[in-house]
Amino acid sequence: MNTRKVRFITGLALGIVLAVLPFFVNNYWTDVCVSIGLYALLALSLNVILGQAGIFHMGHAAFYAVGAYTTAILNTMFQWPIFWTMPLAGLAAGLVALVVARPIIHLRGDYLLIVTIGIVEIVRIALVNDIFGITGGSNGIFGISRPQAFGFRIVKSIHFYYLVWGMCGISLLLFHFLWNSRFGRALNYIKHDDIAAEGCGVDVSHYKLMAFVLGAFWAGMAGTLYSAKMLTIAPASFNFMESVIIFAVVILSGGSQLGVLVSAFLFIGLPEVMRGLTESRMLFFGLAMMLMMVWRPQGILPPLPRVYKKALARAQALAREKSE
Amino acid sequence: MSSLLEVASITKIFGGLVALNEVGFTVEKGSIVGLIGPNGAGKTTVFNCITGNYVPERGDILFRGQSIKGKKPHTVVEMGIARTFQSIRLFGKLSVLENVLAGRHCRLKSGLFSSLFHTPAQRREEEEAIERCLEELKFVGLESHWEDEAGALAYGSQRLLEVARALATDPELIILDEPAGGMNDQETASLVDVIAAIRARGITVLLIEHDMRLVMRICEKLVVLEHGNLIAQGDPATVRSNPDVIEAYLGTDDGDEEY
Repeated sequence: MNTRKVRFITGLALGIVLAVLPFFVNNYWTDVCVSIGLYALLALSLNVILGQAGIFHMGHAAFYAVGAYTTAILNTMFQWPIFWTMPLAGLAAGLVALVVARPIIHLRGDYLLIVTIGIVEIVRIALVNDIFGITGGSNGIFGISRPQAFGFRIVKSIHFYYLVWGMCGISLLLFHFLWNSRFGRALNYIKHDDIAAEGCGVDVSHYKLMAFVLGAFWAGMAGTLYSAKMLTIAPASFNFMESVIIFAVVILSGGSQLGVLVSAFLFIGLPEVMRGLTESRMLFFGLAMMLMMVWRPQGILPPLPRVYKKALARAQALAREKSE
Repeated sequence: MSSLLEVASITKIFGGLVALNEVGFTVEKGSIVGLIGPNGAGKTTVFNCITGNYVPERGDILFRGQSIKGKKPHTVVEMGIARTFQSIRLFGKLSVLENVLAGRHCRLKSGLFSSLFHTPAQRREEEEAIERCLEELKFVGLESHWEDEAGALAYGSQRLLEVARALATDPELIILDEPAGGMNDQETASLVDVIAAIRARGITVLLIEHDMRLVMRICEKLVVLEHGNLIAQGDPATVRSNPDVIEAYLGTDDGDEEY
């Protein structure tokens, strides 16, 4: 069996397991899976920036925070229903990304990394200092209401489970389309060699910026889900460590979407599974990471080459013309 | 009728070094022009000024009578000037077809939304782009390798792939930086055919080349640089008999100029 088939079957199996999982596990594990789903969503969005375009961005928690706070503020102050705030949370995060990324997007590799760490700190400190008097300082915002759709109130863990993983499913599909398009290819060209990409006619800074804004938009929407699940949000939830975890999930994944899911499960789920080891669990986790770096430095599942079905038929036709 | 490309006495300075000193020449539409000179003469610097990678301190560069000085490289490509790189810069891990699609990129229109939602217009455009790119591959004789990883191609084929990628941008002027570099005789011979075929398509060619036989055979006009100065220009026969050119060429013929 070729790799593509193996991956397809793995993905399908994972999908089926995810679809029925809440019926077989208790509330605690359902909650763990909701948390994994949120990280998966964040990592999928960061994958557009880091995995596809190769932009070293370690400040994704900043956009997550902007989204979460947008929802919290609109909901608690203006009584907007949660789902209505979602597009706005995305737009707010995307706008912040546009403003902060524009002057720094031309920076290379590690330089950009340092600036993006700065972004997440600036956002956190701004929130702690109760910026504009609407973020509630270090206590954050509480009293966020439950989301409601078509008269159905999303309250229980199992509801959130399907909400979050449903969103992951949609994201997987859309980002798959994106990857198989002119846009997705442009990001890959930039990742491989930005000078060659520019020399071929790809507007490098435009595409880098668009990747950034799109990733931030998605992280903002994930922030809405987080607010709705937690009911209370505080700046401490969006610290630098969160950014590092999301970053590590993407790096560990290798860059494919299935890889991101597997990686999110390993990263967030494994420490939970190892809870029995109490004090030493982070030690084992660290060891697992090290072994991973030794044996599979390219990540768990690097993306496979794109498939061009249309090209195959056309190339065969060309070959026939030639032989005649 | 003005020239397709006019390099109007450009000067480029790196630190204290004058890399180009008031270099000026023209490229007429439909011609094949060769830019030659010893190593370090500034040939690639001229190319980088034309393609927008460098901005000359003085002088101007006109394409179809319009200044392109200071324009970004991708804008220059959109305007109709495509290039290849001296040190091959393919996307080695991507397929041959995808490399050509990179060149096609600037002629396609699908944006973020049509890509995310996989609209019918986007799919149709993809199909057309793929078809066109396969034709460019066929043009350089690489169509059977379309699925291969670009980095795995033979050296000469990689150079041809760069040419195909440049052609996919629908250029009016194609700039080839040492297209025969590292090629064997047989590969060079097929390159000559490709260059002739490019011109037959109505595309103007400007090339840097060290292989003098190739240059003398295919170029209608030569421009000779030495130490950043233009020392001669004209048809191959005249240039070859120019005493300055003969002097400049004595004993210096190989090595590499960095991109």
